[in-house]
Amino acid sequence: MIGFKRDSKKDEEDGGGNPFQNLEKTTVLQEARTFNETPVNPRKCTQILTKILYILNQGEILGTVEATDTFFAMTKLFQSHDVILRRMVYLGIKELAPIAKDLFIVTSSLTTDMTGRENLYRAAAIRALCSITDGNTLQQSIERYMKQAIVDRNAAVSSAALVSSLHMTRFAGEVVKRWVNEAQEAINTDSIMVQYHALGVLYHIRKTDRLAVTKLVAKLTKSTMKSPYALCMLIRITCRLIEEDDVGTNSKLFEFVQSCLRHKSEMVIYEAAHAIVNMKKTGARELAPAVSVLQLFCSSSKPTLRFAAVRTLNKVAMTHPAAVTACNLDLESLITDANRSVATLAITTLLKTGAESSVDRLMKQISSFVSEISDEFKIVVVKAIRALCLKFPRKHSVLMNFLSAMLRDEGGLEYKASIADTIITIIEENPEAKETGLAHLCEFIEDCEHTSLAVRILHLLGKEGPRTKQPSRYIRFIYNRVILENAPVRAAAVSALAQFGALCADLLPNVKVLLARCQMDTDDEVRDRATYYSVILNCNDAVLNNRFIVENTHLSLPTLEKSLHQYTMQPSETPFDARTVPVAAISPSEEARLAAAEEISTKPKTAIATMTREETYAEKLRNIPQLAALGSPFHSSPAVDLTESETEYLVKCVKHVYERHLVFQFICTNTLNDQLLENVHVHLDPLPEGFVVAANIPCQRLPYGEAQSCFTVLTFPDVLAISVGSFGAVMKFSTKDCDPATGLPDSDDSYDDEYMLEDLDVSVADQMQKVAKANFAASWDEAGDENELEDVFALTSMQTLDEAVKNIIQFLGMQPCERSDRVQEGKSSHTLLLSGVFRGNHDVLVRAKLALSEGVTMQLAVRCSDPEVSELVTNSVG
Amino acid sequence: MEEVMLEPTLYTIKGMAILDNDGNRILAKYYDKNVFPTVTEQKAFEKNLFNKTHRADAEIIMLDGLTCVYRSNVDLFFYVMGSSFENELILMSVLNCLYDSISQILRKNVEKRVIMENLDIVMLAMDEICDGGIILEADSGNVVQRVALRADDIPLGEQTVAQVLQTAKEQLKWSLLK
Repeated sequence: MIGFKRDSKKDEEDGGGNPFQNLEKTTVLQEARTFNETPVNPRKCTQILTKILYILNQGEILGTVEATDTFFAMTKLFQSHDVILRRMVYLGIKELAPIAKDLFIVTSSLTTDMTGRENLYRAAAIRALCSITDGNTLQQSIERYMKQAIVDRNAAVSSAALVSSLHMTRFAGEVVKRWVNEAQEAINTDSIMVQYHALGVLYHIRKTDRLAVTKLVAKLTKSTMKSPYALCMLIRITCRLIEEDDVGTNSKLFEFVQSCLRHKSEMVIYEAAHAIVNMKKTGARELAPAVSVLQLFCSSSKPTLRFAAVRTLNKVAMTHPAAVTACNLDLESLITDANRSVATLAITTLLKTGAESSVDRLMKQISSFVSEISDEFKIVVVKAIRALCLKFPRKHSVLMNFLSAMLRDEGGLEYKASIADTIITIIEENPEAKETGLAHLCEFIEDCEHTSLAVRILHLLGKEGPRTKQPSRYIRFIYNRVILENAPVRAAAVSALAQFGALCADLLPNVKVLLARCQMDTDDEVRDRATYYSVILNCNDAVLNNRFIVENTHLSLPTLEKSLHQYTMQPSETPFDARTVPVAAISPSEEARLAAAEEISTKPKTAIATMTREETYAEKLRNIPQLAALGSPFHSSPAVDLTESETEYLVKCVKHVYERHLVFQFICTNTLNDQLLENVHVHLDPLPEGFVVAANIPCQRLPYGEAQSCFTVLTFPDVLAISVGSFGAVMKFSTKDCDPATGLPDSDDSYDDEYMLEDLDVSVADQMQKVAKANFAASWDEAGDENELEDVFALTSMQTLDEAVKNIIQFLGMQPCERSDRVQEGKSSHTLLLSGVFRGNHDVLVRAKLALSEGVTMQLAVRCSDPEVSELVTNSVG
Repeated sequence: MEEVMLEPTLYTIKGMAILDNDGNRILAKYYDKNVFPTVTEQKAFEKNLFNKTHRADAEIIMLDGLTCVYRSNVDLFFYVMGSSFENELILMSVLNCLYDSISQILRKNVEKRVIMENLDIVMLAMDEICDGGIILEADSGNVVQRVALRADDIPLGEQTVAQVLQTAKEQLKWSLLK
């Protein structure tokens, strides 16, 4: 009873005089009938119309019939000349435009308003009209009025027309393009907004034409534009030009951006500073003036300005920490800023620029308010700590403690994952931190609600745990998971246990007992894994252990799924051969992710199961009947350009390698809008010895602007030694002239033509798939020295070991193992371990011992089950 | 390094919202189909935004990949959202315009009850400030002029001298008090 009273009282307070409380859709739509009364009562109708718009804004959804009915009722209101009512009608039309039908009936009313004398109507009428118009009506009846409106003296009208034209480029780009002269005229007005809008429209019309944009920018940078918004826009366009044309920082364009740092509007100054910071080419000298204006902003009284400045400085600190040190004092004073975002950014910036001695103090400062900031910013902090750990490895204990404290706090999955990521990176980078890091992670999984994270950590424990000094201490943590957690985590824990069994002989008996218990589990997957591992471990065979427990299989999962599906569709006597499935390449996304991690991006990551490049290609190839017969490609190379980037035809080539075949996929784009190409194919000449063209799949039609593919299928020579070589290529096609606007050919006449392409190379790397080995030594021994080939090379062109390592990896296209791709600084010798799979599923292992002396000397040992492959690899290096 | 270099475009604003002091929507508009396509997502975002901002008077926050600038008065919260790479000061200028024009429309009585009474004009004002994500006008004076105030929606030329003087006085008083 009391509760009820309080409720009703609250209702009164809230709803006192609030006509919009508890509106029902049906009642409101009923009321819309009032619109039909004559004469129109403006006050009442405005009220009802407002209600309709309000419920729409609150999320009510109207059906097409409801919307159309309301719309028609609304058209009656054009009889009234009440200014506000009329304006509300425009608003209603715009709101209902996406749902209702037969909108065109108000076209003439709106056109009258748009060309009438009442200024309060005109601008709004233009915008309403453009929201209901389509390409045809636009062209036929209102184009003339739009052109006039763009150059109208009334700023509101001109702005409305320009903004609407920009909206309309979505469906009537060609029509809007014809208004370029009007837009050009509008850019010279005095009105701040008109200038801005006109620049936007002009740029949009011309942005595909580099030369026109250059001219536009050259002209505008010389004139002094009044509008700060337009200047911001101009700065962005200029930067884009600078980046694309790759002109140096001495150019006129850059001078313009720099001059904007002295503009009187803060908005423009900031935009210019931001732009300079974000340019790829900027060095310390160019940065200095930008940094000093940002430094001034740091002490502004406006939070937004401080935020913007610190955020940009933070970005500078990632690439040029030295440039920011000058601002350290200002940043220090922002640590206690009331806006936590500003404080966090200030601290993380300081962490990047500061000295080792200040780390402790700053960390203490952060921990005092870390609970108050949003997850996004906590991630920023975590990333800063990660960078810090790599910079000052000695500070790892302080930082690690801090991270583990953060790990125990509340937080979402993304935040926790970023902490775990950081700890994992630290463990990998810094052997000293390994034990403590693993201990923290162990503690964390004791109380971790995110299954995916727990699984990852268990996997890491399985990988790293057996190689620590005291592997036994991790067993307890792992086995606890088996007892307490859900099925996926239990399964991961079982796999981790098996790793310990395989690698630590003294723990083997215990692990066997634990695995035996796991065989009673209620979940199938857990039981299966336990049984599988028990059987292997009971064999006591080191080779078996290595092959089936320590090493992971690297089959490409989507392709495996497809192959298995096909296998079950066609029952056969022969067992399924897993070797027909291509191995998956190590995805580069892992590295890319690390690189991107530096960026403060707060975009929520959408979790999509990303397919590797190969798998997406394989998917496409399977849809082409002639190629489907070949099976799945073993390896697909990245696309290589065979033409310059600004020619009539753009051709890229992707090489797909199958066990016996080689498929060239030529991705062609026609950049001439007055031509239609037909029967496009690529003729290969000269062919290297031994290669035979098996089929040619031309592309039937290649219209302007579309990327289409044609294929050439070759068989590899039987002798492996000559399976590398260089191909000459010519694109052949027949051309028809066509109308640029419609893309339809003018006549049936066509003439044959050809186009020279650059040469194509097929190398060892194309035929090799990257596959990582977790335990290289074991695999090396397993391969045996019967198939070993050894040779010594002098790589005279290489100056450093690092360079040599990078080149060898790229040349062979193999995966570096056990972090041997990183050369420790100051060493004069290095051993590079590579592994891969050659087409035909031959495992290839390479050990390259490098020594630095007048260039780099390399002793290369190759082991492979097929001697021919070893020979090919060794020869190709020479 | 996704889209750090901003594609030069006029589509700057991702959304504008006015919430009451319980975090409920009074008016809200989202202009980018890729940002919160459904009303449910929008309202969830608004709740989240409100929770993060109603206590701390900090003016700017980054949330769900958006930079949000905000301002509050009595029982109203005004928000302007843009991409996280957008120039924060541009967003701020739009927020100021939104707030100032509504404040002028409501004759300095910026509170929920008054805004509800003048909802039609406020809707028109929001429409005048931003059209489909493009900043249409960022000067509050121009906005107010274009949305036609009710009581004295007689054009300037037709007002009596006394009326004009009265308005001028009021304007002056408030600009001094600011």
